[in-house]
Amino acid sequence: MTSHAETLVRTRGSSRVRRARGQWAAWGFLAPVVIYLLAFYAYPLYRNLDLSLRHYTVRSFVQGNAPFSGADNYRTVFDDPTFGPALLHTLVFTFVSIAFQFAIGLALAVFFTQHFRLSATLRALFLVPWLLPLIVSASTWSWMLNSDSGIVNFFLKGIGLDPVNWLTSPDWALTSVIIANVWIGIPFNLVILYSGLQAIPVDVYEAAALDGASGWQRFWRITFPLLRPVSAITLLLGLVYTLKVFDLIWIMTKGGPTDASTTLATWSYRLSFGNLLPEFGPGAAVGNLLIIIALIFGLLYIRRQRRD
Amino acid sequence: MTFPSVRRGLTAATALTLTACLITACSSDSGGEKTQAATEYTVWDPYPQFDASSDWVKLLTTCGTDAGVTVKRTGYDTTDLTNKALLAAQQDNSPDVLIVDNPVVSTLAEAGVLTTTDEVKTDTSAISPNLLAAGQLGGKTYGVPIGANTLALYYNKKVLDAAKVDPATVKDWASLTAALDKVKAAGKKGITFSAIGTEEGSFQFLPWFWGSGANLTQLDSAQGVAALTLWTDWVKKGLAPNSVLNNTQTTSWQEFATGDFAFSENGTWQLANAKKTGFEYGIIPIPSQAGGTAPAPTGGEFVTAPVQSDTAKYATTQKLIACLTSADNALTTDTTLSYVAATDAVQQKQVAANPELKVWVEAVAAAKGRTSDDLGTKYPKISQPLWTAFQAALSGSKQPQQALTDAQSAAAK
Repeated sequence: MTSHAETLVRTRGSSRVRRARGQWAAWGFLAPVVIYLLAFYAYPLYRNLDLSLRHYTVRSFVQGNAPFSGADNYRTVFDDPTFGPALLHTLVFTFVSIAFQFAIGLALAVFFTQHFRLSATLRALFLVPWLLPLIVSASTWSWMLNSDSGIVNFFLKGIGLDPVNWLTSPDWALTSVIIANVWIGIPFNLVILYSGLQAIPVDVYEAAALDGASGWQRFWRITFPLLRPVSAITLLLGLVYTLKVFDLIWIMTKGGPTDASTTLATWSYRLSFGNLLPEFGPGAAVGNLLIIIALIFGLLYIRRQRRD
Repeated sequence: MTFPSVRRGLTAATALTLTACLITACSSDSGGEKTQAATEYTVWDPYPQFDASSDWVKLLTTCGTDAGVTVKRTGYDTTDLTNKALLAAQQDNSPDVLIVDNPVVSTLAEAGVLTTTDEVKTDTSAISPNLLAAGQLGGKTYGVPIGANTLALYYNKKVLDAAKVDPATVKDWASLTAALDKVKAAGKKGITFSAIGTEEGSFQFLPWFWGSGANLTQLDSAQGVAALTLWTDWVKKGLAPNSVLNNTQTTSWQEFATGDFAFSENGTWQLANAKKTGFEYGIIPIPSQAGGTAPAPTGGEFVTAPVQSDTAKYATTQKLIACLTSADNALTTDTTLSYVAATDAVQQKQVAANPELKVWVEAVAAAKGRTSDDLGTKYPKISQPLWTAFQAALSGSKQPQQALTDAQSAAAK
């Protein structure tokens, strides 16, 4: 009886040692990723928060003694006449872009599930916008939409319409960058939704066909509901990508004319780097606002997913 | 039984070493290079287009050898360089010699990044005062211009001949607008420039703004409004294309290079490209409103000496700067960069070698630094409202007067 208890204690002791050793190994394996996360995510985030809460001038940026100023930078940003338009443009840009990208991407994905000749080639062609470096596609759009020598206005003139100042009119600049962004975003939506469609079992469609469901009914009653998890992640990723789109707008319009196509992302860049005298504090504050907006939608997605 | 646990321990150790390597970059050879580093001087410049085989980099190397040190040179994109310099100063890791765009000098000086020419004992007596002014703040000088460029009007001879315009008659705004009208009537395009919403746009607007007699401290003066109205009317009447709103100086040059435009407002640096256009061109100074040459802003870089914790290095830094800006070397550098030299003596040599440069030397003599008049770091806060204003007026969202009134109240904040 006692000996049995002793062995029990001994085994438990040695297993504790082994567990402790195992834990070290586990931490050893974890360390790279933990350090990576700390160095490349946590610290920059902390620095950005710190930047946005201090009153930085170029002098205090170099000497590192910027006084703590609380929410002053945020107040500056909220009071700035650019804030209202920038927020509105960010929301319009994001939601209109996503609506079109998703709708067109889904339509194309459904189209490509019907296997026909050259469908693979065509599908590959649709990926081109995704493969091009953004600076190339944005510059190309900017040439095509040039008021005087652009091919789009040349075409409009050809069919007897008045040319449009795509990039230089305050009424059209935002529309132009949205059009370019939709074009760039379609392949991403197409690829993810297409692979989502592959996962829907064929026999469901066969059963529906036997029951006499029309093509339209099959889409709304089977494809759309069964694709919901994939759609949700596509939309969330698209949202985060689109919120932070900066290069495309910067190359095409620099956020102008005046503020006509300024979004929070381009504004943040302009504050921090787009001027001879950088304003790091307000720039960081705008960046943080963007992070918060993305975070809210991320949390909404997680809540949605838990409920499912 | 022991074997697996040993293996596990080893794996853990490997993982930890790897991690440690990630942090310290696995440097095992960091000790040996100390002696060489003491005589190594770093130089940063905004000329990434030049590689090791270029005259510029060869000059840097020679100057280093003459001063008894090795020069380690890095070329950055000019828009990157300000932030790179600020960050380096924050880490006390500034280069020994920093060559930087002139309007940035006052920002860096304000940040305490640069030494004054007195501290390093650089001689500035030969430099033209109007060029040196861009690097002066509160009575102190923070660098030496390596050369200067500025803006003037290129014209296309064939287009002007076809419209029966003599470029010599373009003396003021009225005669220039009249010339543009004639060109348009002859079926060609008038003038192209860059009115983009960045510093580049302000740079191009300033000759007209200053040429009206306006002052940067009062954007909405009657003269300022006159300058903006001039630009706005050109675009409204089709004498300048709508694309100017989105033009950089490079894209506006490309428009001129098509051969359809009579005039292009552009800089010294396009001279080499002008020869490639395949049509006959000429250059006239930008006229002021009432006649005569308008003061255009100076472009071009300053050679500066950033603050070092080891002040003993300044003696050699001074030798490097003196070498780079000495008459003979400045001539080589300015020819390579297609700049006008910063000293009278070298300017004379340039004109003697290439008479075409005469108009540029005159334009540079009339030019003015953007940060001059002791504006310093106030300039960026004026420039941004200014470009916002001409973007608003040219795109038709505001009248020139309203645009500049709003700009003035934004600049005064």
